Amino acid sequence: MAFQWLIGACAALVLATQTQAEVLRIDWIERQVSPPPVLSNMAAIPSGLGLDGARLAERDIATTGRFTGQSYDLHETVVAPDADFLKAAKSTLAEGARVLVVKAPAPDLLALADLPEAQGALILDAYAQDDALRGADCRANVLHTAPSYAMRTDALAQFLLKKQWRKLVLIAGQLPEDLAFTAALKRSLTKFGLNLAGEKTWDFDANMRRAAAAEVPLFTQDLPAHDLLLVSDEPGDFARYIAYNTWVARPLAGSEGLKPVGWSGVVEQYGAAQLQNRFREAAGREMQQADFAAWIAVAALGEAFTRTQSTDPAMLRTYMLSDAFRLAGFLGRPLSFRNWNGQLRQPIPLVTERAVAALAPLEGFLHQINELDTLGVDAPESPCTAFGDAR
Amino acid sequence: MIRALLLTTLLASPALADEIWVTNEMDDTVSVIDAKTLEVLHTYETGERPRGITFSRDFKRLYICASDSDAVQVMDPDTGKILHDLPSGEDPEQFVIAPDDRLLYIANEDDAITTVVDTQTRKVVSQIDVGVEPEGMGISPDGKVQVTTSETTNMAHWIDTQSHKIIANSLVDPRPRHAEFSPDGKELWVSSEIGGTVAIFDTKDQSQIGKISFQLKGVRPEKIQPVGMRFSPDATKVFIALGPANHIAVVDAKTFEVERYILVGRRVWHMALSPDQTRLFTTNGVSGDVTVIDIASLEPIDTVKVGRFPWGAAARPSSK
Repeated sequence: MAFQWLIGACAALVLATQTQAEVLRIDWIERQVSPPPVLSNMAAIPSGLGLDGARLAERDIATTGRFTGQSYDLHETVVAPDADFLKAAKSTLAEGARVLVVKAPAPDLLALADLPEAQGALILDAYAQDDALRGADCRANVLHTAPSYAMRTDALAQFLLKKQWRKLVLIAGQLPEDLAFTAALKRSLTKFGLNLAGEKTWDFDANMRRAAAAEVPLFTQDLPAHDLLLVSDEPGDFARYIAYNTWVARPLAGSEGLKPVGWSGVVEQYGAAQLQNRFREAAGREMQQADFAAWIAVAALGEAFTRTQSTDPAMLRTYMLSDAFRLAGFLGRPLSFRNWNGQLRQPIPLVTERAVAALAPLEGFLHQINELDTLGVDAPESPCTAFGDAR
Repeated sequence: MIRALLLTTLLASPALADEIWVTNEMDDTVSVIDAKTLEVLHTYETGERPRGITFSRDFKRLYICASDSDAVQVMDPDTGKILHDLPSGEDPEQFVIAPDDRLLYIANEDDAITTVVDTQTRKVVSQIDVGVEPEGMGISPDGKVQVTTSETTNMAHWIDTQSHKIIANSLVDPRPRHAEFSPDGKELWVSSEIGGTVAIFDTKDQSQIGKISFQLKGVRPEKIQPVGMRFSPDATKVFIALGPANHIAVVDAKTFEVERYILVGRRVWHMALSPDQTRLFTTNGVSGDVTVIDIASLEPIDTVKVGRFPWGAAARPSSK
């Protein structure tokens, strides 16, 4: 019978309240972006998106710190859309920021990571989903708690394959996020042996709030026969007006309908209801992907600080990338970082407005190391080299 | 459904047989199983989202954590009637009754608090700040130390029951779910769901004396998530429920060696021993049933269908 037991391998930590206080400074750095205009007037992006998650996690880990004699100091730097992001980041680094949780688009994130003063800092990307940041543009000082586009679209492709919904068509938006999501989606379909029977570009400039019932049936009439209609509309502009107005009765998936996301207010299993309750109470709204990515980034730092008792970014990073690191994230299995590109392994819920339809990786999608690695670009295909020969 | 409930109420009577009581988290009911015939004798309604369940030491009262009703309910087990609620603090998930049969220690999951309630005066005696999402509740056989585990803080908090102050905090692997004292009071066992381990502490000085991990053929390590634990009647073995691994591990209480794994239903949570100590009943949340294990042979012998998401389990001996 296979077994193992360890005695005092990690020296038993009996922590009395008198342990001397140590403080981990965590910097939240956010580049505000003016969102592209969308058709609906009802969908404002919450001003605290992301930051609300970081603040909640700081409270959670500070509670732990009360018992371990450790405390946290969360600094917040929010840079307005027209202000100089790098200048603000530099002055934050000059003030002593060494452990950063960043909400910024990929170019800003990379510029920050490449600053000479950021070498040796530990940066957690809690927002940008770009696949390049985990691939050719990966940086050794950047870990990612936001899921990549590829992880999300792989989750959706697994679901389509499992359902055997093989006849697929796509309506794609043209904003940069749409293009990134579309590219990831196509890669995922290929990866799982699926393909598109047809594809159309969304280029209406009519007001769909009034015209959808007239325009969308015609627009979708010439799509080839399909089981499911995929939509790529990451900013949430048009896809909401497509549902129920299509020529044939088919479900939607992608950016609308069945959505693969890092988190959503409908996630409730595995104790998630407790996190949702805490978040709703603190922020007065539902927790979104960017909030969870920020929450889990700060929670990961707390876990690493608790276990290593070190504030040294290099020590924290080494521990976070090690096999010993197992993070509880209310998703039913331990989360960990891929030590070859710094991405947090995480299940991806496939959600509707009201429920989790499935949680990827789906049963039957196997992997030789960790089933979570069936989501996203895997080590053998990854162009990321900044993490050395970890793989 | 209504007729069935009426019927069970009419038939309610003092325990004529050894019984196993199981909370059905998603049905807001408790199922009462005859430990011998394995029939479901009654299904009683409870408050919302019943989880923790325990009898008073004289078996005259049943306490139920009705988490979403923010109440600990007190039921007359002879009639299935809810007699009254105890002040419990918000979102009570799990609790433990003191050996004196009077104080109830309740984990308030949403509030990071352990609430101590006097079951006789129905008053809150004390509230103790613990870590985030307290859950596992154990009490030493002499009643002197209560241990609360906090799932998100990853600690076992040792609480002195005289002063109601924390005397020590032990860091454990991620998401500790359950704390169980050995019957002789010398050891404390703490299961870590996400860590996939069980840590064993010497209660004298709170030092860690062992750590168990599990390996099951054909089951991914990340699916092995230990939760509930029970000592065997002779205290030579510990049964450990492995959650989504769908097995109970049988561990030698001396060597901490895993002796065998018993296949049960899906996502096994907690356990109860039959009052005659020959059978072990496991709550299987996802499959909505209870597996019955013969303790002598360590073989599963039957499955009993209960409500949706069976969570906690408690035993009541026949009053004959």
